[in-house]
Amino acid sequence: MARLIKTEKEVEGRYEDVWIVVDEDALEQWPAGPLKVVGRDVPRIDGAERARGQAPYTADIQLPGMLHAAVLRSPHARARVSSIDLAPVRSLPGVRAAIGPDDLDQLTDEPGYVGHAIAAVAAETVGQAGAAVEQIAVEWELLEPLLDPDEAVRQSSYVDDGPDPYERGDFERAVAGADAVVEAEYRTQVVLHNSLETHQAVCHWEDDGITIYISTQYIWGVRDAMAERLGLPPDKVRVVCKAMGGGFGSKNGPGDYTSIAAELARRTGRPVKCALTRREENLATGNRNATIQRLTAAASGDGTLVALGGDFVNAIGNAGWSPSTEGPMQLLYACDNMRTANYGTKLNTPPNAAFRAPGFVEGTFGLECLLDELAAKLDIDPLEIRRRNYADSDRMDNRPFSSKNLAECYRRAEPHWAKRDEVRARSEGPWKHGIGLASQIWYGGGGPPSYAWIRLGSDGRAQVVTAMQDIGTGSRTAMAQIAAEELGIPLDHVSVSLGDSARGPFASISAGSSTIPSMGPAVRAAAADVKRQLIEIAAQRYHLEERVLELKDGRIVSSDGGSWPLEEITGLLEDGQILGKGARGPNPTGMRVLTFGVQIAEVAVDTETGEVRVDKIVAIHDVGRVVNALGASSQVEGGIIQGIGHTLSEDRILDPETGTPLTQTLDVYKMPTIADVPEIVTDLVDVPDPHLTNLGSKGLGEPPIIPTAAAIANAIRDATGADVRSLPITREEMLRALREAAERQREGDKVAAGSA
Amino acid sequence: MSELTINGDRYEHEAPVGRSLAEVLREDLGLTGTKVACGEGHCGACTVQLDGVPVLSCITLVHTVGGREVTTIEGLRDHKLIDAFVRADAVQCGFCTPGQVVSAAALVEANPNPTSAEIRHAMSGNLCRCGTYPKIEEAIGKWHASP
Repeated sequence: MARLIKTEKEVEGRYEDVWIVVDEDALEQWPAGPLKVVGRDVPRIDGAERARGQAPYTADIQLPGMLHAAVLRSPHARARVSSIDLAPVRSLPGVRAAIGPDDLDQLTDEPGYVGHAIAAVAAETVGQAGAAVEQIAVEWELLEPLLDPDEAVRQSSYVDDGPDPYERGDFERAVAGADAVVEAEYRTQVVLHNSLETHQAVCHWEDDGITIYISTQYIWGVRDAMAERLGLPPDKVRVVCKAMGGGFGSKNGPGDYTSIAAELARRTGRPVKCALTRREENLATGNRNATIQRLTAAASGDGTLVALGGDFVNAIGNAGWSPSTEGPMQLLYACDNMRTANYGTKLNTPPNAAFRAPGFVEGTFGLECLLDELAAKLDIDPLEIRRRNYADSDRMDNRPFSSKNLAECYRRAEPHWAKRDEVRARSEGPWKHGIGLASQIWYGGGGPPSYAWIRLGSDGRAQVVTAMQDIGTGSRTAMAQIAAEELGIPLDHVSVSLGDSARGPFASISAGSSTIPSMGPAVRAAAADVKRQLIEIAAQRYHLEERVLELKDGRIVSSDGGSWPLEEITGLLEDGQILGKGARGPNPTGMRVLTFGVQIAEVAVDTETGEVRVDKIVAIHDVGRVVNALGASSQVEGGIIQGIGHTLSEDRILDPETGTPLTQTLDVYKMPTIADVPEIVTDLVDVPDPHLTNLGSKGLGEPPIIPTAAAIANAIRDATGADVRSLPITREEMLRALREAAERQREGDKVAAGSA
Repeated sequence: MSELTINGDRYEHEAPVGRSLAEVLREDLGLTGTKVACGEGHCGACTVQLDGVPVLSCITLVHTVGGREVTTIEGLRDHKLIDAFVRADAVQCGFCTPGQVVSAAALVEANPNPTSAEIRHAMSGNLCRCGTYPKIEEAIGKWHASP
């Protein structure tokens, strides 16, 4: 029976109440640990297709008669278009249409950042479109850009309603009564996603509606947003994404390019592709916003945190949303007195977009470095101070955690942490070695609604059908594993059809570490529905009661010893199919579903040149049941490598006068290469969350990037005594921190000498 | 009209001066296994081999490759490296992977047992934003152990 349930839904730390329809019997979770297929090392089922260059990306789509779009983007951070003339451009070679600010909401005559879309052209070739865009005559009225986030706070320039304050207990009093107080300012930079497939879409008006091929993390989000923009019923918008080349949070919506392609396609009557260049990608598709964090931690002499506080200034850009940079401070430790405020400043810089654990990556850098500075002041071991402040419940609203195995993560960290002296002893000459750690907290519980269908044919093979997307995380393979496990059939008898809103039911966004925790339970439920029907049919075929039959290793077995191959039942069907459907149930009521972990970094610092080398990262995370151990280790490694780029080399540098991003190309925007990768050890606490769905799995996409920066910074402090408080830790920043530490040492020596 | 040799096949081809090899492969010949991610020679996604040597096809003008043997990922689809990449899980989003395989194939052709340092040196021009690097190193290190 279909049940109507009101439940809480969380994406990237933002909660809302939603009504869902659940039409399934709850299933018992599988026993903990690796099963036949689930929990094992499974190479991805579409790996060869991708490696051979046969996977169909949006970039590869060429429809008959397809035109190419190019976009004129503002070269000014803040300006008004006083005049624009598109007429001459329309007669240039190959040009079939040109549109400007009067033609489309996604084109503007008042650009608020360098890269804001002004006009667009469709032409027969990419080259012709690009050449035409350069010929568009625009007269600009230049305005003074607002670029400084602190100035934005003074001017009350915010992307949302203004500062978001939070308070519990009595912060002032607790600080006043504390034995030790540390205050510090941390800064994090703008980081660019740089998915290797740039943002792009092909729009094709057909079948009384529009088909949109797009590189996206959320087929259904694009469908709904474009239906609204185009004034169409959602089912007239078909969204297709069979393979996509990376998103990391930046591809959750349709952007400007999809509307541009749709409008140009409407005007020309031909399919139009709008594919951004790498330079446009780094201007106009979002970024991790910069932050300024002014933090306070106060503790009693034994290291018990009595107060935590912070002003978190997020440099959001011209539009966007203010991530919860204060989230780790509010959630990670048991601390009764807290005061935080979040300032989402509106600036004349490109808008932010979610980037792998938005807010928590930045906030964890501040909090976990601050905690180590406090531990140093109190002379308490960094691992010990974290244990002393262990949170048993969510202090935001006193909810219990659905599961929390952070203590187990800490226990597994011990042997690595115990090597501190050994690591330090490697120091030689100017190279100083050290070890640091940082904890991780994040969401990742997923949620409803999400649906899957499974069809089982007469050959005993199953196809999972759901309109989700695999953005490169291996979710397609994970769904096949879950179906194979529940059905008791070999993995190579399962295929997965995904990536098309017209071919399958609604499926979750692939963001917020939610694909597996949202979709996995729906797939398992669909498989269980197929299994139930098989048993019903077998009972009739063999004249037995359903309760004595089960499906095991691809066979129907009865409790009295009977055993028949599955194909004997499915073979009866000929062209018939058994159709199963499954839905994702609600999250546990009144509980907080979170992920946890700890990372330990070993680094070496050249104190003469400021070079920082990461030698090793040990990553221990608790994300509930692991579905694919091999794929999970890849997620962990990928997150850590992005984290190392964030920590040491990546920086979107802005001209402070004009607001022009200077690092638009991949030679100057420095992402890690294979030569920059340290040894990475992955250790997952593979214990199902007993309260979360029929699977007990949480998400893993985001947790691994969260603690990396703080673990590295804390290792640098361990190695050198220097406090690095600003990302990226370039040689310049490292040398500054070393000079500051030396200065502090001299001051300390003087004081000691004076008192002696 | 010029003649191109790609994966052992001959193509008669006409292209205006200034057209890149990547454009010809992808748009004119339908060989879309070669990916273009930056279009200016910074990322390695478009790597193909010219007479066995990895080159960046997005900044190689097609009129310069006449008379030379072009090998793209389509010509390496049965290479043992494909299986090695899949087994090691050296594939995430997959957009850089064909270029990685093309670079790796040139490496193991010249040096069938590369050390870790040699792998890192040879592969450092192929960016992967998903961070499959440890798995790529593993895949290349074990490439001829394929079943």
